[in-house]
Amino acid sequence: MYHLFLVCVGAALGGMARFHLSGFIGRRFGETFPWGTMVVNVTGAFAIGVVADAVMRYDMPVVWAFVITGGLGSYTTVSSLSLQTLALAREGDWLRAGGNVLLSVGLTFAAAALGLALAGLWIGERP
Amino acid sequence: MKRRTEPRPGETVLLGRSAEHRLRRQKMADTLQLYAAVAAGSMIGAALRALASLGSTALWGDGFPLGTLLVNVAGSFLIGFYATLTGPDGRVFAGARQRQFFMAGFCGGLTTFSMFNLETLMLARGGELLAAGLNVGISLPSWLAAAWLGHILAMRLNRLRGSER
Repeated sequence: MYHLFLVCVGAALGGMARFHLSGFIGRRFGETFPWGTMVVNVTGAFAIGVVADAVMRYDMPVVWAFVITGGLGSYTTVSSLSLQTLALAREGDWLRAGGNVLLSVGLTFAAAALGLALAGLWIGERP
Repeated sequence: MKRRTEPRPGETVLLGRSAEHRLRRQKMADTLQLYAAVAAGSMIGAALRALASLGSTALWGDGFPLGTLLVNVAGSFLIGFYATLTGPDGRVFAGARQRQFFMAGFCGGLTTFSMFNLETLMLARGGELLAAGLNVGISLPSWLAAAWLGHILAMRLNRLRGSER
């Protein structure tokens, strides 16, 4: 129950951060391509790599619930990606629709792998 | 002696400014309520996601991250359905706060891209390359198909007779 509460608090923060950042980027760089969702998902993937590496080393279920399941889980989104890709496809903009999915997947996996590797380098040597 | 609140000649500008001030405060209250709606929706969505993850591990073990796949497909379907149902041509009216509560809040909190990344990388790291590949291969098309299906269903509902608009 306590962990579920931590998930909720983390999710509230993560969700508001996503809403704020994707809205800000959307207003700044225009809405023709969903850069906001892309930036959110790529930064979230990097962060989850770093935090997950640390949490798995030291076994911290509280941090896992608050930061990973709650915060970063809610910060990143698949529903917006699906909806925005669908919108691009419905406009007949198949290049941007396909590019959005492929770029999102490629960049997030690269970011998450980089996060895991960097965290391993930073904290890997310590006991 | 005149009271300060009474307008003196040439003080209309000041009055105008106070109205502008009130407007700005109203706008700020709206923004705060919008963020509160997103936060509330995210909490509910994320709690469901955590339970789905626990449930799928209990039912099917942790060989394959079915819980995450399930919530991402469900969230994509729901956002596609809701966005079309409450859109400009939709038959259901929803205000900005209500829309953001459900779409940015609930669906955004329910779905997660980063857990998908992490779980896939963990499968790959554990040598389960087939499961990792399958997770990517199944997830991407099913997310998009779910959003599309939700959209199509809502379009059908919108076209039904007896629309509210």
